Amino acid sequence: MSDIRLQIDGQEVAAQQGMTVLEAARGAGIEIPTLCHHEKLEPYGGCRLCIVEIEDRGRTKLVVSCVYLAADGLVVRTRSEKIDRIRRTILELLMAHAPDAFELQKLAEEYGAQRDRFEKEPMFCIHCGLCVRYCAEVKQKSAVGFIDRGIRKEISFIPEIAARECEPCKECFPLCPTSYLQAAYVLTRSLASSADKVG
Amino acid sequence: MDIARVDQIIDKYEAEPSSLIQVLLEIQAENNWLPAEALERISEKLQVPLARIQHIATFYKAFSLVPKGRHRIHICMGTACHVRGATRILDTVQELTGIQPGETDLELKFSLETVNCLGCCALGPVMEIDGETHGKMTTAGIEDVLKSYE
Ligand code: SF4
Ligand code: FES
Ligand code: FES
Repeated sequence: MSDIRLQIDGQEVAAQQGMTVLEAARGAGIEIPTLCHHEKLEPYGGCRLCIVEIEDRGRTKLVVSCVYLAADGLVVRTRSEKIDRIRRTILELLMAHAPDAFELQKLAEEYGAQRDRFEKEPMFCIHCGLCVRYCAEVKQKSAVGFIDRGIRKEISFIPEIAARECEPCKECFPLCPTSYLQAAYVLTRSLASSADKVG
Repeated sequence: MDIARVDQIIDKYEAEPSSLIQVLLEIQAENNWLPAEALERISEKLQVPLARIQHIATFYKAFSLVPKGRHRIHICMGTACHVRGATRILDTVQELTGIQPGETDLELKFSLETVNCLGCCALGPVMEIDGETHGKMTTAGIEDVLKSYE
C-alpha cells in the first residue's frame, strides 16, 4: 500500500492506493454529497450525486467519486458551477419520485433544486439500492431485491425469506433515503399474513 | 413442470451460477413460463439468491413468471400498422379472445401482447402468432386465423 498525494479543492490530501476519490476526500474532511454510497458496501455508482471534476493531462472531466480511484497527482474539484448544476438536476429528477424525502429536501436546499421542476411520478423508491445491497452483501440474506426495470423497477421482498429474517434485523430501514422501505416491508408482511389466513 | 426436468437442465449446465440465464431460458422455452418452485430449485442448486433470480426474471421480457398460453399473439402497433388500422385489429382480437395485452386466457390457449414494428411494414397491419406472420389483416379475417390454432 503505497501512499499517494492528490489535490482536492486546492488542498493537499494524502491517500492510499486503492482508495476512491470520495474516500480520500472524506478522509481529509472534505464533504461530497452521496445517496447510494455506504462504507460497508461495494461501490455502486447509482445515483451520480457524488460527481466531481478532475483534471487529467490538462483536460477536465467529470467522474463519479465513489467509484473513481484516487491517483497520485490527481487534481479534483468537488464544487463548481457545472457540478452544482448537475447535482441540482439529479435532485430535481429524484424529487419527481420522492418529493417529500427529508434527505432530498436537505440537499435540494443546498443546491437550489426545485421540488416541482418535473412532473410528479411518486414511487418513493429512488433505486439507490442500499437496502438490496446491504441485505445481500452485509447480511448475506437477500431478503429484498429489485424487480422489473426502467420506470417500473421497484424493490420486492421475498416473503419466505423476509418472514424468517427481517423481524429481528431491520438494519436496512435507517439506510433508506426516502423511508419507502419500511412501507414496502410492512406491506409485504401484511400480504404474507393475509395469505396465511386465507390459505 | 416436473422438478426432475428442472434438475436435468441445471445439471446440464453443471450448476454454474454464471449459467443462470441459460437455465432460465431453457425452462422458459420448454414450459412457457417460470414457476416459483423451479426458481427456488435453481436458487438452491446454483447458489444464487432468489432475489437476484427474481430481478433477472422480471428484467427481461423473454421470461414470464405467470403461465403463458400455448399460442402467443403479437399485434404490431408500429407506425405503419397503426395508420393501417392496428387499433381495430387489436380491438377485435381482444373481443374474440376476451383478453387484454399482457394477459392469458383461462384455457391457457392464447397470450396477447402488443409490439412496435415487426419489421415488415409493407404487410401491415400485421398480427404474428407463434412467430408466424399474418399480414394485411382485416377485422373480418381474424376469427378464421384464430380458429386455425388449437
Ligand atoms: S427502498 Fe429506499 S433504500 Fe431501498 S433502493 Fe429504494 S430508496 Fe434505496
Ligand atoms: S454516491 Fe456515488 S453514485 Fe451515488
Ligand atoms: S409497423 Fe408493423 S411491421 Fe412495421
